Amino acid sequence: MAAIRPNSGENPIQECHIRFSQPSKGTLLIQFTGHWTLQNELPSVNDVEKQLGGGGPIQCVSFDTQALTGWDSGLLAYLIKIIDECKTRNIKTDQAGLPDGVRRLLDLAYAVPEREGARGVAKRPSLLARIGTDSINVARGTAETVSFIGEATLAIWKFLRGKARYRHVDFTMTIQQCGPQALPIITLISFLVGVILAYIGAVQLEQFGAEIYVANLVGLAMAREMGAMMTAIIMAGRTGGAFAAQLGTMTVNEEIDALKTMGVSPMEFLVLPRMLALMLMLPVLCLYSDLLGILGGAAVSISILDLGVLEYFNQTKNAIHLHDFAGGLFKSAVYGTLVAIAGCLRGMQSGRSAAAVGDAATSAVVTAIVWIVVASAITTVIYNILGI
Amino acid sequence: MPEVTEKNDAHITVQDLTMAYGDFVIQRDLNFTVRRSDIFIIMGGSGCGKSTLLRHLVGLRSPARGKVLYDGESFWDADPSDQVRMMRRFGVMYQSGALWSSMTLAENVALALEEYTALRPAQIRELVSLKLALVGLSGFDEFYPSEISGGMQKRAGVARAMALDPEILFFDEPSAGLDPISARRLDNLILELRDSLGATMVVVTHELASILAIGNNSVFLDPITKTMIASGDPKTLLAESKDPRVHSFLTRGEG
Ligand SMILES: Nc1ncnc2c1ncn2[C@@H]1O[C@H](COP(=O)(O)OP(=O)(O)O)[C@@H](O)[C@H]1O
Ligand SMILES: [Mg+2]
Repeated sequence: MAAIRPNSGENPIQECHIRFSQPSKGTLLIQFTGHWTLQNELPSVNDVEKQLGGGGPIQCVSFDTQALTGWDSGLLAYLIKIIDECKTRNIKTDQAGLPDGVRRLLDLAYAVPEREGARGVAKRPSLLARIGTDSINVARGTAETVSFIGEATLAIWKFLRGKARYRHVDFTMTIQQCGPQALPIITLISFLVGVILAYIGAVQLEQFGAEIYVANLVGLAMAREMGAMMTAIIMAGRTGGAFAAQLGTMTVNEEIDALKTMGVSPMEFLVLPRMLALMLMLPVLCLYSDLLGILGGAAVSISILDLGVLEYFNQTKNAIHLHDFAGGLFKSAVYGTLVAIAGCLRGMQSGRSAAAVGDAATSAVVTAIVWIVVASAITTVIYNILGI
Repeated sequence: MPEVTEKNDAHITVQDLTMAYGDFVIQRDLNFTVRRSDIFIIMGGSGCGKSTLLRHLVGLRSPARGKVLYDGESFWDADPSDQVRMMRRFGVMYQSGALWSSMTLAENVALALEEYTALRPAQIRELVSLKLALVGLSGFDEFYPSEISGGMQKRAGVARAMALDPEILFFDEPSAGLDPISARRLDNLILELRDSLGATMVVVTHELASILAIGNNSVFLDPITKTMIASGDPKTLLAESKDPRVHSFLTRGEG
């Protein structure tokens, strides 16, 4: 018996069979022959069930493995099915005829009883239940968001009084990340947005011979809205998602728990520097984006509409007032706050798995963009009422 | 596949192995042999390069110099397709568990079976239940790794490592961070699996109790001289080694 060893692998398909006999009344002898490994087609366990069910009551099942040439988990799984079947039918099993290793593994498999109720029965809840669960989740999510914003506000208040605890390195690193490192992509996108705006305007304004007003269109659009909006959306994808992924990974690794138990508020330590950095850097990026957009518009106007360089810039200067820039900059500070909150909130809410971190990053970007658009609408209406 | 294997034939042979991260040499001139059905212990203090050696043995890092042979076949001189074939004969339990966090335990164990065998889903389910039962996690099929304790995660890691009935099982600090009873149970599991499956076990550990209880062969790595300073049965080393470093390690510095 000791000669028989489990097999691991690379053999060509070999035969394996099962035979039944009844050496004495009430005893079923199951004979295994050949190579019982997973890469062979194992016989169906139905045959055994038929034998147990049909023909004379059986009280005991025994095994013969003299002609077994090799085995692996396939044989074990098969035996477990037989033994479980026998248990439900109150039939004894005699394992003496099994190879030594098989017997020991079976003992091991049955050593710890199956945990009751642990095997999850996935049941699809009813429509009503799902609506209920979803509503509760929405309510809970809103409450979490509100309390997060509250805590963030408190953290900023503490910061203003100089009492917040965070690492200055974190702050400068984040500034670096969402400032200088974002310049290339902001340059490209802003310039192209200016180009696009100029083209759209030019086609219409040319019909009235009013090409010069392309300067007004591009300048005002960039300064009041597009500069802030484009930088915010870029930063939502670039930095907001990264915040969520960082904080989510820290949640998975229990790093956030470690901070909490040391009495360090993750809000001050992790969220505050990120939020401050984005709030500070987004207006700067926005201003840069405004200028590049105007440059893009100028490039189109000068090369295609035959406007003079000086002419274009004078027109721009007269069209945009300081408060247009100020309005745009204020908006971008608001957007920066929203992007930072969305990123950090989703990161802190992340579940404890790799997939959950991915979801958190996605959700951070989507949330931020929705908030940006809503905030843009609200501020535009307010500016209108105030006559800015 | 030989039906009867001799006690002393070499399963893994390490020849003149030097391991380095870039220019930073971790260990040099390692020479040892793991025989079939050994429980081979890789021991040494923290940071001496045990995990690094394991990563070289399982084919995750290539040696700076030297060879690793499996049944006389050099891993790093083989074609990529042969390397994959050889790696399929290994099962690895990682130091931190490394269970895939977004899959249930059943899915963790099933992945290799789905990739490498042509079994039907029902058969895979049965095998997964069997492997989980073997490590005492019967009925935890649908749990996620974050929902079970650290010791259970380690055992789930063992179940996943055993998925394909490997010839060689590697364990990186299986009992670290476990209570003495769970650690002992895991040791017994390793012994039991070796005895019943006849698999070769390579265990990284610095738990003295484990080393003496289950090991029958070993290599001792020293971080100062950056090479192995002893090898052989740990119990013999304890009784006979004259080297003060080995002796004090095996007696917790009390001997
Ligand atoms: N990815 C890596 N890059 C550079 N050095 C490493 C890396 N991983 C480990 N090391 C170094 O290799 C040495 C051995 O590490 P390791 O094998 O993990 O030790 P241990 O014996 O505790 O398992 C340590 O000094 C560690 O600093
Ligand atoms: Mg290690």
